[in-house]
Amino acid sequence: MEWANQLCENRQFGSKMTDSKYFTTTKKGEIFELKAELNSDKKEKKKEAVKKVIASMTVGKDVSALFPDVVNCMQTDNLELKKLVYLYLMNYAKSQPDMAIMAVNTFVKDCEDANPLIRALAVRTMGCIRVDKITEYLCEPLRKCLKDEDPYVRKTAAVCVAKLHDINAQLVEDQGFLDTLKDLISDSNPMVVANAVAALSEIAESHPNSNLLDLNPQSINKLLTALNECTEWGQIFILDCLANYTPRDDRESQSICERVTPRLSHANSAVVLSAVKVLMKFMEMLPKDLDYYSTLLKKLAPPLVTLLSAEPELQYVALRNINLIVQKRPEILKHEMKVFFVKYNDPIYVKLEKLDIMIRLASQANIAQVLAELKEYATEVDVDFVRKAVRAIGRCAIKVEQSAERCVSTLLDLIQTKVNYVVQEAIVVIKDIFRKYPNKYESVIATLCENLDSLDEPEARAAMIWIVGEYAERIDNADELLESFLEGFHDESTQVQLQLLTAIVKLFLKKPTETQELVQQVLSLATQDSDNPDLRDRGYIYWRLLSTDPVAAKEVVLAEKPLISEETDLIEPTLLEELICHIGTLASVYHKPPSAFVEGSRGVMHKRLPARTGSGESTESPDVGTAAGGSAPEAAPSIIPSQGDLLGDLLNLDMAPPTTSGPPPPTTGMQMGGMDLLGGGLDSLVGISHSVDPYLGGDIGGSPAMGAGFGAAPAVMPASLNAPVGGGLGDLFDLGGVGMPMGAYIPPKIVWLPAMKAKGLEISGTFARRAGVIQMELILTNKAMSVMTDFAIQFNRNSFGLAPAGPLQVLTPLGPNQTIEVSLPLSTVGPVMKMDPLNNLQVAVKNNIDVFYFSCQYPISMLFVEDGKMERQVFLATWKDIPNDNESQFQIKDCHLNSDAASSKLQGSNIFTIAKRTVEGQDMLYMSIKLSNGIWVLAELRVQAGNPNYTISLKCRAPEVSQCVFQCYEAVLKN
Amino acid sequence: MIGGLFIYNHKGEVLISRVYRDDIGKGPFPNCFHKVGSTESYRMRNAVDAFRVNVIHARQQVRSPVTNIARTSFFHVKRSNIWLAAVTKQNVNAAMVFEFLYKMCDVMTAYFGKISEENIKNNFVLIYELLDEILDFGYPQNSETGALKTFITQTGIKSQSKEEQSQITSQVTGQIGWRREGIKYRRNELFLDVLESVNLLMSPQGQVLSAHVSGRVVMKSYLSGMPECKFGMNDKIVIDKQGKGGATEEQSIAIDDCTFHQCVRLSKFDAERSISFIPPDGECELMRYRTTKDIILPFRVIPLVREVGRTKLEVKVVIKSNFKPSLLAQKIEVRIPTPLNTSGVQVICMKGKAKYKASENAIVWKIKRMAGMKESQISAEIELLPTNDKKKWARPPISMNFEVPFAPSGLKVRYLKVFEPKLNYSDHDVIKWVRYIGRSGIYETRC
Repeated sequence: MEWANQLCENRQFGSKMTDSKYFTTTKKGEIFELKAELNSDKKEKKKEAVKKVIASMTVGKDVSALFPDVVNCMQTDNLELKKLVYLYLMNYAKSQPDMAIMAVNTFVKDCEDANPLIRALAVRTMGCIRVDKITEYLCEPLRKCLKDEDPYVRKTAAVCVAKLHDINAQLVEDQGFLDTLKDLISDSNPMVVANAVAALSEIAESHPNSNLLDLNPQSINKLLTALNECTEWGQIFILDCLANYTPRDDRESQSICERVTPRLSHANSAVVLSAVKVLMKFMEMLPKDLDYYSTLLKKLAPPLVTLLSAEPELQYVALRNINLIVQKRPEILKHEMKVFFVKYNDPIYVKLEKLDIMIRLASQANIAQVLAELKEYATEVDVDFVRKAVRAIGRCAIKVEQSAERCVSTLLDLIQTKVNYVVQEAIVVIKDIFRKYPNKYESVIATLCENLDSLDEPEARAAMIWIVGEYAERIDNADELLESFLEGFHDESTQVQLQLLTAIVKLFLKKPTETQELVQQVLSLATQDSDNPDLRDRGYIYWRLLSTDPVAAKEVVLAEKPLISEETDLIEPTLLEELICHIGTLASVYHKPPSAFVEGSRGVMHKRLPARTGSGESTESPDVGTAAGGSAPEAAPSIIPSQGDLLGDLLNLDMAPPTTSGPPPPTTGMQMGGMDLLGGGLDSLVGISHSVDPYLGGDIGGSPAMGAGFGAAPAVMPASLNAPVGGGLGDLFDLGGVGMPMGAYIPPKIVWLPAMKAKGLEISGTFARRAGVIQMELILTNKAMSVMTDFAIQFNRNSFGLAPAGPLQVLTPLGPNQTIEVSLPLSTVGPVMKMDPLNNLQVAVKNNIDVFYFSCQYPISMLFVEDGKMERQVFLATWKDIPNDNESQFQIKDCHLNSDAASSKLQGSNIFTIAKRTVEGQDMLYMSIKLSNGIWVLAELRVQAGNPNYTISLKCRAPEVSQCVFQCYEAVLKN
Repeated sequence: MIGGLFIYNHKGEVLISRVYRDDIGKGPFPNCFHKVGSTESYRMRNAVDAFRVNVIHARQQVRSPVTNIARTSFFHVKRSNIWLAAVTKQNVNAAMVFEFLYKMCDVMTAYFGKISEENIKNNFVLIYELLDEILDFGYPQNSETGALKTFITQTGIKSQSKEEQSQITSQVTGQIGWRREGIKYRRNELFLDVLESVNLLMSPQGQVLSAHVSGRVVMKSYLSGMPECKFGMNDKIVIDKQGKGGATEEQSIAIDDCTFHQCVRLSKFDAERSISFIPPDGECELMRYRTTKDIILPFRVIPLVREVGRTKLEVKVVIKSNFKPSLLAQKIEVRIPTPLNTSGVQVICMKGKAKYKASENAIVWKIKRMAGMKESQISAEIELLPTNDKKKWARPPISMNFEVPFAPSGLKVRYLKVFEPKLNYSDHDVIKWVRYIGRSGIYETRC
């Protein structure tokens, strides 16, 4: 490249390449010189000049002034020069739209060139020139190129449609390019197919409603055929597209899996990961008892392990994905612990990810090995890594009980190293171990206390203070220790302050005589001298509690603490499902849904795993998730979050009732998998992160004001203390039991949870809507021999976002053979997930004994809101507007009411009659209903005098609800 | 898809910048100098600057190869001191982006050798031309060097005949995108290299914590026409399937997993476990595989470290070779880490040369050749400076490098058959060469 050498020798140019100071100032002389060279007659000189221009452009110099001169060089038969000019055009056309038009003619001519390489080059470049005026001229050449005889031109034209769509979507639709593009999916050339798929997938992403990628068994078959033939990149496009398809049944799902599995041996990691994505997704649909299912599971492990021998960047992507896969299906990699052992010269990002996965895979079988490794890691250099390793040792102790003792002694060894951050980290995890195994390892407290002075991080200080408070009776000088912290009270972080407050109150309750002064000091510091509302409120609560009823105070403050969960940082199940659908992509690397980092409409679409079809176990499936008990995530399709998670949620619920979780989610655009009626509830779901780390059990969490210090749920709070408790109590008095006689239909109570299944707790109940508030009315009966306390309730995500609006108010312990009636107000702003049947609700109830799960169905009439009366005009227009496909007809038999009686009865349940018409002795009632999530249902009820059979037609934009609405009609009219 | 691709030198100056999508210019990027005026090109500079400021010039060590700045994602890989960064605003396939960046490096290396600032500056027109071809609107296209070299030549003016043109396009887009038609050699010849790297992590007590072999079968072929090839090795699954009749004196190996060059018909492998393909001309990596069972560990390292007081360490390391005495291992190197506060080292070794390298904090012991079933020893006394540093020395593992003339996994090539029905040469006429090389990967023993 003699030319470039010349350039570099040319001092002027060479210095610009390296000296950024010259970037912004362009010497007039230079531009002038280039101009002259560009207009030279000699071809070689021209080319050199264009190269210089491109070089300047690359380093960021503005050479737009040369636009006409460069464009003049475009008409040439020298392909290389042409490419250079095109490159220039792509960069500057947008800033010089009028002059860019000058180039159009050449493009159009080139699109007809005899050489396919030039035709393709022209259409490729034209698509990159993002000037509106040019796009008009692009249409005709593009149309020709899409049907070109040469596959190279067609594959380039396919991508060009995506480019054009990005500039002017309407134009692409109007010109019918989308249809041509769809036709290309059946092209004979695999690369054309792959590019068409890529282009269509991207266009479809920005049109969530459109049915662009009309995937059906035939087109899927075509894609699978092309998959065997196209380039590695094409395979990725096709696999990613396949992942969006939902097979009709398990058989189709299996046959696709069979044809995708060979891709697991591809040398390209991205092909492998995309294949894994398709398999992970479609596997959901396969029955678990199928032989093929277990074969497939076995096939997944080796390729995942192989990914770890790729380059570090890819290893990182693979590890982030494996982290998800391990959470979803731990069985796949459970025997592969060793490959995640950290290598000394792994980059730090690989090390940290490996460590994460090691903890997830730790089990009784491999714990000895894991611990030995972790101990090695704890002596490494990188601070973050060491901290994480120490923390991991603590996790092992909590996860595998048999190893707890060894973990504690390892941690003690580490504390002996006196490396400051190791000591602090160790203390934080030892606190958790104390929580998990009370009264077992307290002998180490003395060692911990020796390190009190070296703790300078808030979390470690808070942990140490918690330990001192919790075991105040065993530490002789607990009061001195805590007092030493008090001196700098105002300089401490909130976390430490809150913890100190609680610890001193605990100390006081345990040793009241010696510590009265101390407790007064801390209370006044917290309440009078602090600006922090959380701290102040907690201070006041303690103060009042101590002064009104010390016994109650003891019960509250020293109550038994709920268990802490075994797993931390588990990704919330809905998000996990979504991320599994995004394996290989950025979302899976960030562990965030695309909407969190992608702008515009592209991120809105939520992907979901398909539901299992086939055997009718759909209603039973939640039990699968929980039957496994402690080893929760073992059974994969856990619709109800695993136990550990749920405990966290319950705690969470005590502190912040779901009503505070924000306004009802706006109904965002339609979702692909027919989720339209559920709106974009998932969006808000993702936003609600657990406000308290479930692991800390609220005791140390610095965030919400109350609750934390009480240890136990507010449910055991004595009634005398009504001051700062949240709205829950008040609400209940307002609403509970009063019930306006609106005549709304309330189904009779049925047994939801038999005592046999719930260790003696029987729950029966029903749902009602009273004065606009949905209520769950429960009867709890204790059929066991022991007292039940600490009740709490939690719902799984459901179709209409039902969620408890407050805690379950069981104020007194429930003795043996006692029965209590409770009514629980519900809100409809909870997280949303489509259920089958639609009105299915999965509930978890916790008490001091265990957590129990059951599911029940609520009458959808509960969700009919009071302002559901539609204007007549609107009704008419809406009725016409809803397509006839959405209409469904039902028969109500044996109903002996006349039309007026029926109308008034229905009105009681918020089904409003808007108009009545009588035609040939037949009464036609037009009615409207509005659901709590804003969906309207329109109905036409035909009543023939003397005929006990009614005909009802329902029209709704979300036809899924029709069946439920019909059931309500039947129930209301017949009761 | 990929919105733009930038190549930077170590100072963070842009050498190549190719923008495919406008969206990546939209910041606002923190810590970035915003230039007045908002013309397209200036806005693009913002993304360019954002990466420089936040990644290349970051004070901290790079914590992730993917960085998100102001909702824009930057993927990067580094080759010597050159940074390649792909930028996007969408939820792209991250694995694909990295694979593409590696591929991009391969293509550049194939065209102009080492990726260095000098070479990139000298070939920037070529790089733009390549980028235009292999990445269209951010979608990776055919990036097989064999195919690319047929029409991206930089010789410019040469105009092809009509047949040549259509041959090029059908090859670039076709099923066999990696090989062109009409290749002719007077002598049909092929070379197979089985290259393995054996990895080991051993505890001080000699317990194998983890060991695996990652191997590659590299094929260099000079064959005429479109030869149909079939490759066979002592894969346990295949041997067991055929095994019953013939005597199974051949040792078979259990392959944990393998991946293939895109020329191999994967569905055929999945169904019959046979490896059939039409190879690209010249060199290609036919297969990669991994084994963990019955690995021959060529060397065993036995460390003994003793702390004598606070200022002295005694280290003794024995290495034992564990393979046929007739074979010779080469380029043996044992690296024994020393503490940072080492003040002096005395070494005695029976074989080879040993040196203390202060700059690397290690004693490096080199032995040129060593036969199988032998043993050698080194002992060293390390003097330490007293320090106040509370933190204990981390004792990095002792690592080893070597090369042996056999495959530690036990893999054997059984056959490589070549069929070319259209041309008149048969399998027997092809001259075939097979070579086995086992190298150390990460071969560490903790001490």
